[in-house]
Amino acid sequence: MANRILLTTFTTLVFIFLLGPLAIIAAASFGEASVLQFPPDNWSLKWYANIFEVKGFLDTFKTSMIVSFAGNVFALLLGLPAAYALSRFTFKGKAGLQTFFISPVLIPGIVLGFSLLRYIIVTFNLPIYAALFIGHTIIMLPFIVRVISSNLASFDFSIEEAAISLGASRIGTFFRIVLPNIRAGILAGILIAFLESFNNVDLSVFMTGPGVSTLPIQMLTYVENYFDPTIAALSVLLMLLTAVLMFAIERLLGLSYFTKN
Amino acid sequence: MRNIWKYILILPGLAGLLLFMVIPLTGTIASTFWENGRFTVNGYLEYMQDPYFLNILWVTLRTSLITTLVCSILGFPTAYFISKTQPRVKMLLLLLSIFPLLTSPVVRSFSWMVILGESGLLNNLLTFLGIAGPLDLLYTQSAVTIGLIHLFLPLSIITLVGVMDNISEDVTQAAESLGARRSTIFWQILLPLSIPGLLTGSILVFVGSFTAYTTPALLGGRERVISTFLYQNAMTLNDWQLASIVATIMIVVSFTVIGLMNWAADKIAVKGGKLSG
Repeated sequence: MANRILLTTFTTLVFIFLLGPLAIIAAASFGEASVLQFPPDNWSLKWYANIFEVKGFLDTFKTSMIVSFAGNVFALLLGLPAAYALSRFTFKGKAGLQTFFISPVLIPGIVLGFSLLRYIIVTFNLPIYAALFIGHTIIMLPFIVRVISSNLASFDFSIEEAAISLGASRIGTFFRIVLPNIRAGILAGILIAFLESFNNVDLSVFMTGPGVSTLPIQMLTYVENYFDPTIAALSVLLMLLTAVLMFAIERLLGLSYFTKN
Repeated sequence: MRNIWKYILILPGLAGLLLFMVIPLTGTIASTFWENGRFTVNGYLEYMQDPYFLNILWVTLRTSLITTLVCSILGFPTAYFISKTQPRVKMLLLLLSIFPLLTSPVVRSFSWMVILGESGLLNNLLTFLGIAGPLDLLYTQSAVTIGLIHLFLPLSIITLVGVMDNISEDVTQAAESLGARRSTIFWQILLPLSIPGLLTGSILVFVGSFTAYTTPALLGGRERVISTFLYQNAMTLNDWQLASIVATIMIVVSFTVIGLMNWAADKIAVKGGKLSG
């Protein structure tokens, strides 16, 4: 019994450590003073309004949205067919190919970012925007492939065979039979990849230039110069977005996606 | 027909990864071994003797090691609690662990600036209680370590819950019916069977801390870690040769750790299998 109480106390303290800091910025975002305080002396919503006054935040928010959405579309175009083929067919070195498609998560982001900078912007002289799109597509690809593959693993391919043997075309079967069955996996893959890209710093930090930057990089720059509650207010909005997406992913996949190794 | 299809389907992804991951990385690594058209390891020899660079490497490794140890020590009992508790509480605690994991690392590091800053929560508390004057907590390597533990602890917890959920109830029930005490079950069964998972989690935390950029960039001081050193050389000092060498070292260290830990986890998993079978 004493052990039980000890363990419960320990777990409670761990969660206070994990969530306390996030609660503190949430509280500090409502402070009135122009320096971040906790607890605040007076309360105000003006820093939420200030997010929209700082021009950089709106612009980089747009860039982040465009890059994450467009990159997602590309990652899906590359990843969906690959995930399907790797689940459906037998290959020589199949396990190796599966690992290869997941491998971008193993490469340190800062190393990939620097290498892409050298290669795409300098060697090929492409604009920074192109490097941002390409880099984000690459980091989203493994999440798309992994989530869709695990969804396909529980799909019974004999249904597909049945449709084909009844005279349906291969492509028609894919769109009318396979796709509707793995809809949840595709949607969840898109959301997980979106969060991964939208929050990315390691890669984007190399791909900023005149007029081009993403929201997380803009936030880093802002924090280096100002210490007012604007970033706290923006953080609260981002946490709300994260919470909404998390519940959507939980609805689509269940929590087991996160706990299985 | 089918044979052609399957290759056509994986080709775009394969080409994308080759063109925009494998070739750029190979380019970076290869560039460190060539100077004026000749093979050389001089770059490495030079920096392996430079105390400034060696110190950065050492500080980063030490920080990653501390982070990994603390995450395991805090994560293990927490995961044990979560995996044994009733389903509703378990669901809630899992969601509360996943939420920080999905939250922007900028937000999470920033929260520690509010706590550790000169007029932050902790310093205000210390001064208020009269324990100490304002301390320099922020912009130190300790702040980086705290930030990294906060960043990676959820990953530790979630990985370990996954492993503990996979340990069959039959094994623990068998032990219980044979009269083993709860503490015996924990030390003799649960802990040994969790070690492969503990190692997997440790790989993720160690490599993650070793290569993390945002946390040291926001919370760190003058003393650099390897990722901020790479960034500084690539973007501020324009020393791409050195940046490439640092990048290569980061890849080598990461992959060595992944390889070693996987090997160890396999070894122990075999023993664990014998233990339970």
